[in-house]
Amino acid sequence: MTNKLFTVLSLVLAGVALGAPSQVRAADKEAGIKIEKPWTRVTPPGAKVAAGFMTITNTGGQADRLLGGNVSLAKQIEVHEMSMKDGVMRMNEVADGIEIAPGATVVLKPGGYHLMFMGLTAAPKEGERVKGKMNFEKAGEVVVEFTVAPLGAKGIGDGDKMTGGHEKDGMDHGSHHMNHGK
Amino acid sequence: MAAGKLVSRIRLALWGLVAVAAFVAGALFLGHLQEAARQGASWPGAARFGGDFELVDHNGQEFSSAALKGTPHAMFFGFTHCPDICPTTLFEMTKHLEELGPKADGLKVFFVSVDPARDTPEHLKNYLSAFDPRITGLTGSEGQVAQAIKAYRVFAEKVPTSDGDYTMNHTAVVYLFDGQGTLASTLSWEEDEKTRLAKLTRLADRG
Repeated sequence: MTNKLFTVLSLVLAGVALGAPSQVRAADKEAGIKIEKPWTRVTPPGAKVAAGFMTITNTGGQADRLLGGNVSLAKQIEVHEMSMKDGVMRMNEVADGIEIAPGATVVLKPGGYHLMFMGLTAAPKEGERVKGKMNFEKAGEVVVEFTVAPLGAKGIGDGDKMTGGHEKDGMDHGSHHMNHGK
Repeated sequence: MAAGKLVSRIRLALWGLVAVAAFVAGALFLGHLQEAARQGASWPGAARFGGDFELVDHNGQEFSSAALKGTPHAMFFGFTHCPDICPTTLFEMTKHLEELGPKADGLKVFFVSVDPARDTPEHLKNYLSAFDPRITGLTGSEGQVAQAIKAYRVFAEKVPTSDGDYTMNHTAVVYLFDGQGTLASTLSWEEDEKTRLAKLTRLADRG
Protein backbone atom coordinates (compact mmCIF):
# COMPACT_ATOMS: atom_id res chain seq x y z
CA MET A 1 0.00 0.00 0.00
CA THR A 2 2.72 2.46 1.00
CA ASN A 3 4.63 1.28 -2.03
CA LYS A 4 1.78 2.21 -4.29
CA LEU A 5 1.37 5.59 -2.66
CA PHE A 6 5.07 6.20 -3.09
CA THR A 7 4.82 5.40 -6.80
CA VAL A 8 1.94 7.80 -7.28
CA LEU A 9 3.72 10.51 -5.34
CA SER A 10 6.91 10.14 -7.30
CA LEU A 11 4.95 10.26 -10.57
CA VAL A 12 3.31 13.50 -9.47
CA LEU A 13 6.68 14.94 -8.44
CA ALA A 14 8.17 13.90 -11.77
CA GLY A 15 5.32 15.65 -13.52
CA VAL A 16 5.96 18.85 -11.59
CA ALA A 17 9.65 18.60 -12.28
CA LEU A 18 9.06 18.10 -16.01
CA GLY A 19 6.60 20.94 -16.13
CA ALA A 20 8.87 23.33 -14.33
CA PRO A 21 11.32 24.10 -17.14
CA SER A 22 8.58 25.29 -19.46
CA GLN A 23 7.36 27.67 -16.77
CA VAL A 24 10.84 29.06 -16.42
CA ARG A 25 11.00 29.55 -20.17
CA ALA A 26 7.64 31.33 -20.21
CA ALA A 27 8.98 33.78 -17.65
CA ASP A 28 11.97 34.46 -19.92
CA LYS A 29 9.67 35.32 -22.80
CA GLU A 30 8.76 38.81 -21.80
CA ALA A 31 6.25 40.80 -23.71
CA GLY A 32 7.62 43.74 -25.64
CA ILE A 33 6.04 46.12 -28.12
CA LYS A 34 7.64 48.92 -30.10
CA ILE A 35 5.37 51.42 -31.83
CA GLU A 36 6.74 53.67 -34.55
CA LYS A 37 5.21 56.53 -36.51
CA PRO A 38 1.76 56.67 -35.00
CA TRP A 39 -0.19 59.08 -37.18
CA THR A 40 -3.61 60.27 -38.10
CA ARG A 41 -4.69 62.97 -40.50
CA VAL A 42 -6.84 66.03 -40.83
CA THR A 43 -10.47 65.15 -41.44
CA PRO A 44 -12.95 67.11 -43.58
CA PRO A 45 -15.11 69.53 -41.55
CA GLY A 46 -17.88 67.89 -39.55
CA ALA A 47 -16.35 64.41 -39.83
CA LYS A 48 -17.28 62.10 -36.97
CA VAL A 49 -14.61 59.51 -37.67
CA ALA A 50 -10.88 59.42 -38.37
CA ALA A 51 -8.29 56.74 -38.94
CA GLY A 52 -5.10 56.07 -37.03
CA PHE A 53 -2.06 54.28 -38.37
CA MET A 54 1.24 53.00 -36.95
CA THR A 55 3.99 50.44 -37.27
CA ILE A 56 4.02 47.88 -34.47
CA THR A 57 6.92 45.52 -33.81
CA ASN A 58 6.76 42.71 -31.30
CA THR A 59 10.15 42.85 -29.60
CA GLY A 60 9.11 40.31 -26.99
CA GLY A 61 9.49 36.57 -26.90
CA GLN A 62 5.84 35.66 -27.22
CA ALA A 63 3.00 36.40 -29.57
CA ASP A 64 0.96 39.45 -28.61
CA ARG A 65 -2.27 41.00 -29.77
CA LEU A 66 -3.34 44.59 -30.39
CA LEU A 67 -6.77 44.72 -28.81
CA GLY A 68 -7.66 48.40 -29.06
CA GLY A 69 -6.95 51.54 -27.14
CA ASN A 70 -8.12 55.06 -26.68
CA VAL A 71 -7.29 58.47 -28.07
CA SER A 72 -7.91 61.90 -26.60
CA LEU A 73 -10.09 63.21 -29.42
CA ALA A 74 -12.46 60.28 -29.93
CA LYS A 75 -14.97 58.47 -27.79
CA GLN A 76 -13.83 55.06 -28.91
CA ILE A 77 -11.28 53.15 -30.96
CA GLU A 78 -11.91 49.97 -32.89
CA VAL A 79 -9.34 47.94 -34.75
CA HIS A 80 -10.57 47.65 -38.33
CA GLU A 81 -9.41 46.08 -41.50
CA MET A 82 -10.31 47.61 -44.82
CA SER A 83 -10.46 45.43 -47.88
CA MET A 84 -11.23 46.06 -51.53
CA LYS A 85 -12.74 43.32 -53.62
CA ASP A 86 -14.48 43.72 -56.96
CA GLY A 87 -14.56 47.47 -56.43
CA VAL A 88 -16.34 47.18 -53.09
CA MET A 89 -14.72 48.66 -50.00
CA ARG A 90 -15.43 46.74 -46.82
CA MET A 91 -14.67 47.67 -43.23
CA ASN A 92 -14.50 44.86 -40.76
CA GLU A 93 -13.88 45.15 -37.07
CA VAL A 94 -11.02 42.87 -36.11
CA ALA A 95 -12.85 41.66 -33.02
CA ASP A 96 -10.05 39.42 -31.73
CA GLY A 97 -7.38 42.04 -32.34
CA ILE A 98 -4.32 41.80 -34.56
CA GLU A 99 -1.88 39.05 -33.63
CA ILE A 100 1.77 39.95 -33.84
CA ALA A 101 4.25 37.08 -33.72
CA PRO A 102 7.53 37.49 -31.80
CA GLY A 103 9.88 39.58 -33.96
CA ALA A 104 7.15 40.40 -36.46
CA THR A 105 6.13 43.88 -37.60
CA VAL A 106 2.58 44.83 -38.51
CA VAL A 107 1.92 48.04 -40.39
CA LEU A 108 -1.40 49.78 -39.94
CA LYS A 109 -1.80 51.91 -43.08
CA PRO A 110 -4.40 53.32 -45.46
CA GLY A 111 -6.15 50.55 -47.33
CA GLY A 112 -5.44 47.90 -44.69
CA TYR A 113 -5.45 47.59 -40.94
CA HIS A 114 -6.24 50.83 -39.14
CA LEU A 115 -7.58 52.22 -35.92
CA MET A 116 -11.02 53.62 -36.40
CA PHE A 117 -11.47 56.70 -34.20
CA MET A 118 -15.21 56.82 -33.59
CA GLY A 119 -17.22 59.71 -32.25
CA LEU A 120 -14.66 62.49 -32.75
CA THR A 121 -14.88 65.03 -29.94
CA ALA A 122 -12.41 67.37 -31.64
CA ALA A 123 -11.03 67.66 -35.16
CA PRO A 124 -7.37 66.66 -35.51
CA LYS A 125 -5.31 69.72 -36.52
CA GLU A 126 -2.34 69.48 -38.84
CA GLY A 127 0.96 69.29 -36.99
CA GLU A 128 -0.53 68.74 -33.56
CA ARG A 129 0.19 65.68 -31.45
CA VAL A 130 -2.67 63.59 -30.23
CA LYS A 131 -2.21 61.47 -27.14
CA GLY A 132 -3.42 57.92 -27.00
CA LYS A 133 -2.88 54.56 -25.41
CA MET A 134 -2.78 51.28 -27.22
CA ASN A 135 -3.87 48.11 -25.51
CA PHE A 136 -2.03 44.83 -25.96
CA GLU A 137 -2.99 41.45 -24.60
CA LYS A 138 0.46 40.73 -23.13
CA ALA A 139 2.36 44.02 -23.15
CA GLY A 140 -0.56 45.90 -21.65
CA GLU A 141 -0.86 49.63 -22.26
CA VAL A 142 1.55 51.44 -24.54
CA VAL A 143 1.43 55.24 -24.64
CA VAL A 144 1.57 56.84 -28.10
CA GLU A 145 1.42 60.31 -29.64
CA PHE A 146 -0.18 60.50 -33.03
CA THR A 147 1.27 63.00 -35.49
CA VAL A 148 -1.48 64.73 -37.47
CA ALA A 149 -0.72 64.65 -41.21
CA PRO A 150 -2.57 66.80 -43.76
CA LEU A 151 -5.89 65.82 -45.30
CA GLY A 152 -5.50 62.99 -47.79
CA ALA A 153 -1.99 62.02 -46.61
CA LYS A 154 -1.04 58.42 -47.28
CA GLY A 155 1.77 58.29 -44.78
CA ILE A 156 4.30 60.28 -42.80
CA GLY A 157 8.02 60.35 -42.46
CA ASP A 158 11.02 60.28 -44.79
CA GLY A 159 10.38 63.92 -45.59
CA ASP A 160 7.60 63.19 -48.05
CA LYS A 161 4.12 63.52 -46.71
CA MET A 162 2.70 61.53 -49.60
CA THR A 163 4.81 58.42 -49.22
CA GLY A 164 3.54 55.21 -47.77
CA GLY A 165 5.22 56.23 -44.55
CA HIS A 166 7.29 53.08 -44.20
CA GLU A 167 10.08 51.08 -45.80
CA LYS A 168 8.90 49.87 -49.19
CA ASP A 169 6.45 52.56 -50.24
CA GLY A 170 8.72 55.37 -49.17
CA MET A 171 11.73 53.96 -51.00
CA ASP A 172 10.81 54.99 -54.57
CA HIS A 173 10.42 58.61 -53.60
CA GLY A 174 14.02 59.04 -52.56
CA SER A 175 15.14 61.53 -49.97
CA HIS A 176 15.38 64.66 -52.06
CA HIS A 177 12.12 66.04 -50.71
CA MET A 178 11.95 68.60 -47.99
CA ASN A 179 12.53 67.44 -44.47
CA HIS A 180 9.88 68.11 -41.92
CA GLY A 181 10.93 69.70 -38.69
CA LYS A 182 14.27 70.90 -40.06
CA MET B 1 -55.91 1.98 -95.08
CA ALA B 2 -56.33 5.05 -97.34
CA ALA B 3 -57.67 7.11 -94.47
CA GLY B 4 -54.67 6.10 -92.34
CA LYS B 5 -52.27 7.25 -95.08
CA LEU B 6 -54.04 10.60 -95.33
CA VAL B 7 -53.77 11.14 -91.57
CA SER B 8 -50.06 10.43 -91.53
CA ARG B 9 -49.55 12.82 -94.49
CA ILE B 10 -51.41 15.56 -92.65
CA ARG B 11 -49.34 14.82 -89.56
CA LEU B 12 -46.15 15.11 -91.59
CA ALA B 13 -47.29 18.39 -93.10
CA LEU B 14 -48.13 19.77 -89.67
CA TRP B 15 -44.72 18.79 -88.31
CA GLY B 16 -43.22 20.51 -91.31
CA LEU B 17 -45.08 23.69 -90.38
CA VAL B 18 -43.82 23.40 -86.79
CA ALA B 19 -40.26 23.11 -88.09
CA VAL B 20 -40.65 26.23 -90.27
CA ALA B 21 -42.18 28.18 -87.36
CA ALA B 22 -39.33 27.14 -85.05
CA PHE B 23 -36.77 28.20 -87.65
CA VAL B 24 -38.39 31.59 -88.13
CA ALA B 25 -38.67 32.16 -84.37
CA GLY B 26 -35.03 31.16 -83.89
CA ALA B 27 -33.88 33.49 -86.64
CA LEU B 28 -35.87 36.37 -85.18
CA PHE B 29 -34.44 35.73 -81.71
CA LEU B 30 -30.89 35.56 -83.06
CA GLY B 31 -31.45 38.81 -84.91
CA HIS B 32 -32.65 40.40 -81.71
CA LEU B 33 -29.56 39.24 -79.82
CA GLN B 34 -27.28 40.55 -82.56
CA GLU B 35 -29.01 43.89 -82.49
CA ALA B 36 -28.61 44.06 -78.70
CA ALA B 37 -24.94 43.23 -79.04
CA ARG B 38 -24.51 45.94 -81.70
CA GLN B 39 -25.97 48.62 -79.43
CA GLY B 40 -23.34 48.03 -76.80
CA ALA B 41 -20.69 46.99 -79.28
CA SER B 42 -17.66 48.64 -77.69
CA TRP B 43 -18.55 47.72 -74.10
CA PRO B 44 -21.58 45.48 -73.71
CA GLY B 45 -24.03 47.05 -71.31
CA ALA B 46 -22.13 50.35 -71.11
CA ALA B 47 -24.95 52.40 -72.60
CA ARG B 48 -27.41 51.03 -70.07
CA PHE B 49 -25.27 51.65 -66.98
CA GLY B 50 -26.49 54.42 -64.72
CA GLY B 51 -29.90 55.92 -65.18
CA ASP B 52 -32.55 58.29 -63.97
CA PHE B 53 -32.53 59.61 -60.44
CA GLU B 54 -33.92 62.47 -58.41
CA LEU B 55 -31.66 63.57 -55.57
CA VAL B 56 -30.90 66.67 -53.51
CA ASP B 57 -27.60 68.53 -53.82
CA HIS B 58 -25.51 69.88 -50.95
CA ASN B 59 -27.24 73.24 -51.28
CA GLY B 60 -30.59 71.59 -50.64
CA GLN B 61 -31.69 71.97 -54.29
CA GLU B 62 -33.38 69.16 -56.16
CA PHE B 63 -31.01 67.54 -58.60
CA SER B 64 -32.22 65.35 -61.44
CA SER B 65 -30.13 63.08 -63.65
CA ALA B 66 -31.56 65.07 -66.59
CA ALA B 67 -29.08 67.82 -65.65
CA LEU B 68 -26.20 65.50 -66.56
CA LYS B 69 -27.09 65.36 -70.26
CA GLY B 70 -24.31 66.70 -72.42
CA THR B 71 -21.81 66.93 -69.57
CA PRO B 72 -19.05 64.42 -68.97
CA HIS B 73 -19.10 63.54 -65.31
CA ALA B 74 -17.63 61.41 -62.54
CA MET B 75 -19.78 59.68 -59.93
CA PHE B 76 -18.46 58.38 -56.64
CA PHE B 77 -20.66 56.75 -54.00
CA GLY B 78 -19.59 57.04 -50.38
CA PHE B 79 -20.49 58.55 -47.02
CA THR B 80 -19.02 61.05 -44.60
CA HIS B 81 -18.62 58.61 -41.67
CA CYS B 82 -15.90 57.00 -43.77
CA PRO B 83 -12.41 57.16 -42.28
CA ASP B 84 -10.28 56.36 -45.27
CA ILE B 85 -11.34 55.82 -48.84
CA CYS B 86 -13.98 58.56 -49.16
CA PRO B 87 -11.94 61.53 -47.93
CA THR B 88 -8.91 60.19 -49.79
CA THR B 89 -10.82 59.81 -53.05
CA LEU B 90 -12.26 63.33 -52.69
CA PHE B 91 -8.79 64.65 -51.92
CA GLU B 92 -7.31 62.92 -54.98
CA MET B 93 -10.14 64.20 -57.14
CA THR B 94 -9.46 67.74 -55.89
CA LYS B 95 -5.82 67.36 -56.92
CA HIS B 96 -6.75 65.99 -60.33
CA LEU B 97 -9.19 68.85 -61.02
CA GLU B 98 -6.42 71.29 -60.16
CA GLU B 99 -3.99 69.47 -62.46
CA LEU B 100 -6.53 69.42 -65.29
CA GLY B 101 -6.77 73.19 -65.07
CA PRO B 102 -9.34 74.86 -67.37
CA LYS B 103 -10.05 71.45 -68.94
CA ALA B 104 -11.84 70.49 -65.74
CA ASP B 105 -14.40 73.26 -66.23
CA GLY B 106 -16.39 71.05 -68.57
CA LEU B 107 -16.40 68.15 -66.10
CA LYS B 108 -18.75 67.60 -63.22
CA VAL B 109 -17.87 65.49 -60.21
CA PHE B 110 -20.47 64.03 -57.86
CA PHE B 111 -20.14 62.50 -54.42
CA VAL B 112 -23.33 60.53 -53.84
CA SER B 113 -24.08 59.56 -50.26
CA VAL B 114 -25.07 55.96 -49.56
CA ASP B 115 -25.93 57.08 -46.02
CA PRO B 116 -28.73 59.66 -46.39
CA ALA B 117 -29.84 59.23 -42.76
CA ARG B 118 -26.66 60.92 -41.53
CA ASP B 119 -25.57 62.81 -44.65
CA THR B 120 -27.96 65.73 -44.79
CA PRO B 121 -27.36 68.41 -47.46
CA GLU B 122 -25.97 70.78 -44.76
CA HIS B 123 -23.61 68.14 -43.45
CA LEU B 124 -22.42 67.32 -46.99
CA LYS B 125 -21.88 71.00 -47.73
CA ASN B 126 -19.73 71.45 -44.65
CA TYR B 127 -17.78 68.25 -45.33
CA LEU B 128 -17.16 69.07 -48.98
CA SER B 129 -15.92 72.57 -48.20
CA ALA B 130 -12.48 70.97 -47.71
CA PHE B 131 -12.40 69.91 -51.36
CA ASP B 132 -12.67 71.38 -54.86
CA PRO B 133 -15.87 73.43 -55.22
CA ARG B 134 -16.58 71.65 -58.49
CA ILE B 135 -17.43 68.53 -56.49
CA THR B 136 -21.17 68.37 -55.83
CA GLY B 137 -22.57 66.34 -52.96
CA LEU B 138 -25.82 64.48 -53.58
CA THR B 139 -28.14 62.93 -51.05
CA GLY B 140 -31.91 62.58 -50.65
CA SER B 141 -34.57 60.48 -49.02
CA GLU B 142 -33.82 56.80 -48.36
CA GLY B 143 -36.00 55.95 -51.36
CA GLN B 144 -34.30 58.44 -53.69
CA VAL B 145 -30.85 57.22 -52.74
CA ALA B 146 -31.94 53.57 -53.05
CA GLN B 147 -33.11 54.34 -56.59
CA ALA B 148 -29.76 55.91 -57.54
CA ILE B 149 -27.88 52.99 -55.96
CA LYS B 150 -29.97 50.58 -58.03
CA ALA B 151 -29.52 52.51 -61.26
CA TYR B 152 -25.76 52.59 -60.86
CA ARG B 153 -25.64 48.99 -59.63
CA VAL B 154 -23.74 50.11 -56.58
CA PHE B 155 -23.35 47.89 -53.55
CA ALA B 156 -24.02 49.46 -50.14
CA GLU B 157 -24.73 47.84 -46.77
CA LYS B 158 -24.80 48.94 -43.16
CA VAL B 159 -22.42 47.26 -40.73
CA PRO B 160 -23.05 47.78 -36.99
CA THR B 161 -20.14 48.97 -34.86
CA SER B 162 -19.54 48.23 -31.17
CA ASP B 163 -20.61 51.72 -30.07
CA GLY B 164 -24.13 51.06 -31.32
CA ASP B 165 -23.59 53.11 -34.46
CA TYR B 166 -22.81 51.76 -37.91
CA THR B 167 -20.41 52.02 -40.78
CA MET B 168 -20.98 51.22 -44.46
CA ASN B 169 -19.48 48.80 -46.93
CA HIS B 170 -19.88 50.26 -50.38
CA THR B 171 -18.71 50.28 -53.99
CA ALA B 172 -15.72 52.61 -54.07
CA VAL B 173 -15.13 52.87 -57.80
CA VAL B 174 -15.35 56.29 -59.47
CA TYR B 175 -17.51 55.95 -62.58
CA LEU B 176 -16.73 58.19 -65.53
CA PHE B 177 -19.52 59.01 -67.97
CA ASP B 178 -19.27 60.88 -71.22
CA GLY B 179 -21.70 63.59 -72.35
CA GLN B 180 -24.03 60.96 -73.79
CA GLY B 181 -24.30 59.31 -70.40
CA THR B 182 -22.34 56.26 -71.52
CA LEU B 183 -19.93 54.71 -69.05
CA ALA B 184 -16.53 55.66 -70.44
CA SER B 185 -14.17 54.37 -67.78
CA THR B 186 -13.64 53.93 -64.05
CA LEU B 187 -11.06 55.13 -61.55
CA SER B 188 -9.83 52.86 -58.83
CA TRP B 189 -8.16 53.41 -55.51
CA GLU B 190 -5.34 51.04 -56.44
CA GLU B 191 -4.35 52.88 -59.62
CA ASP B 192 -1.48 55.34 -59.62
CA GLU B 193 -2.19 59.03 -59.90
CA LYS B 194 -0.91 59.34 -63.48
CA THR B 195 -3.33 56.69 -64.75
CA ARG B 196 -6.28 58.37 -63.05
CA LEU B 197 -5.31 61.78 -64.38
CA ALA B 198 -4.90 60.37 -67.91
CA LYS B 199 -8.40 58.88 -67.76
CA LEU B 200 -9.91 62.16 -66.58
CA THR B 201 -8.05 64.07 -69.28
CA ARG B 202 -9.42 61.68 -71.90
CA LEU B 203 -12.92 62.13 -70.52
CA ALA B 204 -12.62 65.92 -70.66
CA ASP B 205 -11.31 65.75 -74.25
CA ARG B 206 -14.01 63.31 -75.31
CA GLY B 207 -16.78 65.52 -73.99
